[in-house]
Formats: sequence, structure tokens, C-alpha cells
Amino acid sequence: MSTTTETPAPGAAEQATTPVLAVEDLVVSFDGFRAIDGVTLEVAAGELRFLIGPNGAGKTTLVDVVTGLTKATEGRVLFQGTDITGEAEHRIVRHGIGRSFQTPTVFEALTVVENLDLAASFRRRLPALLRSRRGVSDDIAAPLERIGLQATADRLAGTLSHGQKQWLEIGMLLVQQPRLLLLDEPVAGMSPHERTATGELLQSLAGEHTIVVIEHDMAFLRAYAQQVTVLHEGRVLSQGNVEYVQHDPAVREVYLGRARDERSGGVHLDVPSLVQEGDDGR
Amino acid sequence: MTAPTTSSGDIDAGIPPESPAARDARWGRPRTPMSLLGPRGASPWVGRLVFVAAVVLLFAGPELIADPTRLRQWAEYLCYAMIAVGVDLAWGYGGMLVLGQGVFFGLGAYAMGMHLSLEQTGPGQLPQFMSLYSDYSELPLLWRPFEHLWFAAAAAVVVPVLVAAALGWLVFRRRIRGPYFAILTQATALVFWLLLVGQLQLTAGTNGLTNFSEIFGRSKYEPGTNEFLYYLAAGGLLVVVVLASQLVRSRYGRLLIATRDGEDRVRFLGYDPAVTKTVAFAVAAGMAGLAGALVAPIIGIVAPNQFAVLPSIIMIVWVAVGGRGTIIGALLGALAVSYLKTRVSETRPDDWQYFQGLLFVVVIAYVPGGLVGVARGSWLRGRRLLGSRGQRGDVSPPRPTRGTTEVTA
Ligand SMILES: Nc1ncnc2c1ncn2[C@@H]1O[C@H](COP(=O)(O)OP(=O)(O)OP(=O)(O)O)[C@@H](O)[C@H]1O
Ligand SMILES: [Mg+2]
Repeated sequence: MSTTTETPAPGAAEQATTPVLAVEDLVVSFDGFRAIDGVTLEVAAGELRFLIGPNGAGKTTLVDVVTGLTKATEGRVLFQGTDITGEAEHRIVRHGIGRSFQTPTVFEALTVVENLDLAASFRRRLPALLRSRRGVSDDIAAPLERIGLQATADRLAGTLSHGQKQWLEIGMLLVQQPRLLLLDEPVAGMSPHERTATGELLQSLAGEHTIVVIEHDMAFLRAYAQQVTVLHEGRVLSQGNVEYVQHDPAVREVYLGRARDERSGGVHLDVPSLVQEGDDGR
Repeated sequence: MTAPTTSSGDIDAGIPPESPAARDARWGRPRTPMSLLGPRGASPWVGRLVFVAAVVLLFAGPELIADPTRLRQWAEYLCYAMIAVGVDLAWGYGGMLVLGQGVFFGLGAYAMGMHLSLEQTGPGQLPQFMSLYSDYSELPLLWRPFEHLWFAAAAAVVVPVLVAAALGWLVFRRRIRGPYFAILTQATALVFWLLLVGQLQLTAGTNGLTNFSEIFGRSKYEPGTNEFLYYLAAGGLLVVVVLASQLVRSRYGRLLIATRDGEDRVRFLGYDPAVTKTVAFAVAAGMAGLAGALVAPIIGIVAPNQFAVLPSIIMIVWVAVGGRGTIIGALLGALAVSYLKTRVSETRPDDWQYFQGLLFVVVIAYVPGGLVGVARGSWLRGRRLLGSRGQRGDVSPPRPTRGTTEVTA
């Protein structure tokens, strides 16, 4: 079940009909607790897909399985039609899948350029790695500019601000030129200005790359999402474009229900606003 | 405990130091090496000058040290420095707490010790201990190739490298790390000792191999032999330091540091940490093996107790005292602690063990950056006092300075 709405261009039929990412009947169980409980999902080439859902819905776990960090209990993961279920993490990366983490993890003892260079060198074999880096190659200079960190190129990554670290992490993904990018809450903790910049970056990347973004921020979602998949308790609750998902009664039920129950928690404060704004017809 | 670890700043490229709080938060992770020996960034000439001066000093040893006993001791320290540089690669840069480097040191020492034993007795003869303790009537197969110096020298390095590579690959592929890895290496040291002691007929047991009166074709008592051995050790150390500096500066070196700080993250960049770590572990083992081969003729005895558990731990002490994560630190740490040991043991032989333990505890608790950390800290403080170069403690606002002046090669 493809969720792509565009009809594929004639002649590109073969290419377009094979989804970049296909998850089939995936189950992940942690000691009997089913964090993912039968998820089937396809992401077409060039898509910018948002993955949302309440805390504990299984979003991160889904990405973990695709990237080999967590093993699937049942089901398969296909990348461009190839079964990659259970492969080692570094091999999955070499297929062309990059991911970022919920908390940015850059190498703080290395400089910004060294971080990028390390990411860019991942296909080099050991003898090539034994040579020193000389200067900054174009492969790195361009992404460095794109993430706006030229001025900090030679600084230790540990001295960057939170938002800069997140961008560096995105930059490290970009230099690897993955077919599929999986970003876990890339704008969490960013300033509004940084969010806009990130959103525009993601939009400019989509098409060329296929991107899956996990995000809690609803304003961000409305501004930049094309397709949205809603996860809830390990299942796909709803799927479609932003408009459709906003009006889906099932989604409203989950978010409004939870918002009522957990008002004091304050975790999902921005989520009901998604539905309310939808109600108002915008 | 918030000891001011100003040690961790980086004086390399005029990079502003981290806030002390951020530094304190992770003293366990040494920073990018200051690399006095392999300068990067601002002042390559200073680094190069220091390096040349150090090499001159190293090879001037025999001129500076007249007493032959002292000279031999310094040659011995140089061998320890080789081990320390290897330990630093594995532990300081790679985050692998190697508690069994004595095994590789011992393998190298035994390889050379076997050759020296045979050199002394002459071709085809059994070494003394063998005619005493064993029922071999002719030289056992294992011993035979060691008649050749080239074989012994090669084996002293290659065997440790292969053993470490095999062990490392097995262990790292199964993602055994941290304390489990440390305990495992410690166990190998124990097993090695048991083997050496147990295989009396082949190894001379606890007595070890001794009486090397002929050393590489010259008599032990001949004038100049001490100098010769010193120069060998100095040459060996130079090779080790140059190799280590290049490794550390290379992309592989960056990868090693990244693997130390985020092994799991490195996987998602497409690297296999097992390969990265195995290489560093094997190189460190090769350095220890080389040190063993060179130390055997210097101290004239190769016995199990030199390579057991305790000596392996002392190798960690060298690096911790000197400054983990810098090659110069590991090297100086080995020299300083060894020298101190000789001095203390000469005057109060019973006190060294306590002194050493105390030293280790003090360094770990109060001076995690070691000697190099202290030096670096005072350097940074000095610069700030003098007000040279815009040094800032606070780094949150990005500074629009120092653009990338590096050019693509
Ligand atoms: N390794 C694990 N062992 C046991 N339970 C786990 C493990 N990882 C995740 N879980 C559980 O699985 C469920 C899904 O977690 P997951 O991290 O995927 O949620 P999420 O949708 O990413 O949530 P959030 O929005 O908070 O990031 C949670 O209930 C979590 O506690
Ligand atoms: Mg999550």
C-alpha cells in the first residue's frame, strides 16, 4: 500500500514503484511488551515523511529497527527492495541509510571539520584511512556551508551550542549522501530561527534524498510535512497528508483523550492545538 | 570532587578553552592531543623544533650519562616508553583499558631471550637450563628458528601483533568492552604467567632465561656494548613515536578517538568499531613486543615475574601519570616513573610499592590530565595572564573569526 499521491512519471515506472523504505508486519517485543505491534509502512523515493505519535508510541524503536540498533521480533525491513532485516549497523549505513539521534551525538573531542571528514570517509578502506587529512575537500566544504558552520570549522565540536550540534549531526549525514535519512526530533531544543532554517534545509533536501522525520513540534509539522504517519501504541493509527491526519477522528480521539487525562503532565500541550486548529477550518 | 582540570584545554590552534564546568563533567575523556610531537594548526615550527631537540637529546644520552649502570637503566626506561606509547594508543586514544600488555612485552622478550640463550651456547647446543631440567636430547622444534637473529626479531613483533589481533577480533566483535575487556586482558596476563612457569622444560620456569654473555655478536663486557644497546633502544623508541604520531594524526586516529567517545555512534557512520579497535590493540601489542626484544639484552634476564599481572598494571600507571591521550605524556610518564622507581628503590627498597600505589591514586583522583595536563594548564593560565591572543572561557556565542584558511590539497 503505497502512500504516494503523485502518479509516477512515465518511463520511471520501475524506479518509482519500488519504495525506498518498506516495513512489513513489523513486531518488536521487549520481554513481552510489544513496542511495535504490527507496523506496515512504505516511504517512496524523494518523500519528506513525518512520523508523529505520543510518547512511547514506538517511533524511535521503529527507526532503531530500520538502522539495525534493535532486532525485529517479527517482520521485515526492505531498503530499495533489498531485505536488510537484522544486518549489522555499519552495513546498513553502507547501503545508504543515515540516521540522527534524539539527543545530538557528535564527537566532542574532534573539530567540526574532523567530524564531517570522519563521516565522509566511511567508504574508505583502512589503508586509505591511515593517511592524514590535508585541508578541507569540496565534499565537506559544501555541506559545511549548507549547515552554516564555516566560522566554527576548526573548533572542537564540544564547544558548539545545542542547535549547532544538531546541525553538525545533519551535516555529518549529508556528507555521506544517503538515499534515506532518518531524523529523530531534529529541531527539539532549537530556537524558532533555527527551526525555520532546519525546516527549509529539510525541504531542499527532499526529492534528492528520501527523509523520515520524527517530530513532536506541531507548528513545525504543519509548516513542512508532506506525508504524515501517526503511530500509537506500536501501531499505525493514521496516515496521509497533514490535512487528512488532522481531521482523522482516531487521531483526535488519541490526542484529545490523552490531553484530557494528562493535563497536568503538560507533555502534549501543543498536540491538541493541531486538532483544534483543524476544527477551526484554518 | 571538582579538581580543576584545566589540563584538558587545547593549545593547538588558539581554540578557546572549554568552560571549566564542561571540562569537569568528563575528565575521563582526554581531549584532542596537544601533539607536541605532531603539530597541527597554529605553530608547526615550534612543534618541529621541540621534536628535533628531543631527538637530539635522546641520541646524546651516552654523551650525557657517563656511568654505565645508569646508561643501561636509561636504555631500559626507553623500552618502557615504547610500551607506554602503545598503551596510550589503546587506552588513551582508543579507550581500551589494557591490563595485560605484559603478555606482549613478554612474548617479545622471550623471543629475543631464546635467541640470546642460543647465541651464548653456540649452534646446535642446548641452552644450559634445558640440559639441566629437561629430557630433550636435541633442541626442541619451537626453539630452533630462534637461532637466527632475524627470525627472533621478527617474531618478537609479529607474534604479539597476531595474538592481539586474534584476541581483539574475537572480543571486540562480540562487543565486549569496558571493565569486561579490562578483566579479560588481565586474565590473559595471568594465564601467560602460568604457562611460562608451567612449561619448565621449554621456558626455564620461574628462573627465566639468563646469562646472555653474547649479544648480537659482541661480548656483554666489551666496551661500547652499553652504548650500542642504548642506541638500539633509542632508535626503537623513535620508530614507535613516529608511527604512533602518524597513526594518531591520520583519519584513522580521529576514528579511534571517535570510537572511544561514542562506539555506538560510530557504527551509524558506517564504521565497524571491532576493526578500528583491533588495529589499535594489535599495534600496541607490536610496540610492547619490540620493547621486549630490546629490553632482553639490556637487563640480561627474561623471567615470568617481569610480565605478570603487576607489571601490566604498572604500564597503565606510566600513562596515567604522564597524561593519557598524548603521546608525549605516555612517554614522559614511563621515563619519570621508572626513574623515580630506581631512585626510591635505591634508598628505601621496601617503600616503592606503597609509593607507587599512592602515586596512582593521587593522579587518578587529583591530576587526571597527568604531567602533560599540569603543564598544559599552567601554559594556558600563563597565556591568559599575559593577555596574549583573545582567550575566552565562554564559548556559547559563535565567533565570526578564524575562517577556514585550509585549502584543498
Ligand atoms: N530497549 C528497550 N527495552 C524495553 N523497553 C523499551 C526499550 N526501548 C523502548 N522501549 C519501550 O518501547 C516503547 C516505545 O519507545 P520509543 O522510544 O520507540 O517511543 P517514542 O515514540 O520514540 O517516544 P518519544 O516520543 O518519547 O521519543 C516505550 O514504552 C519504551 O519504554
Ligand atoms: Mg523517541
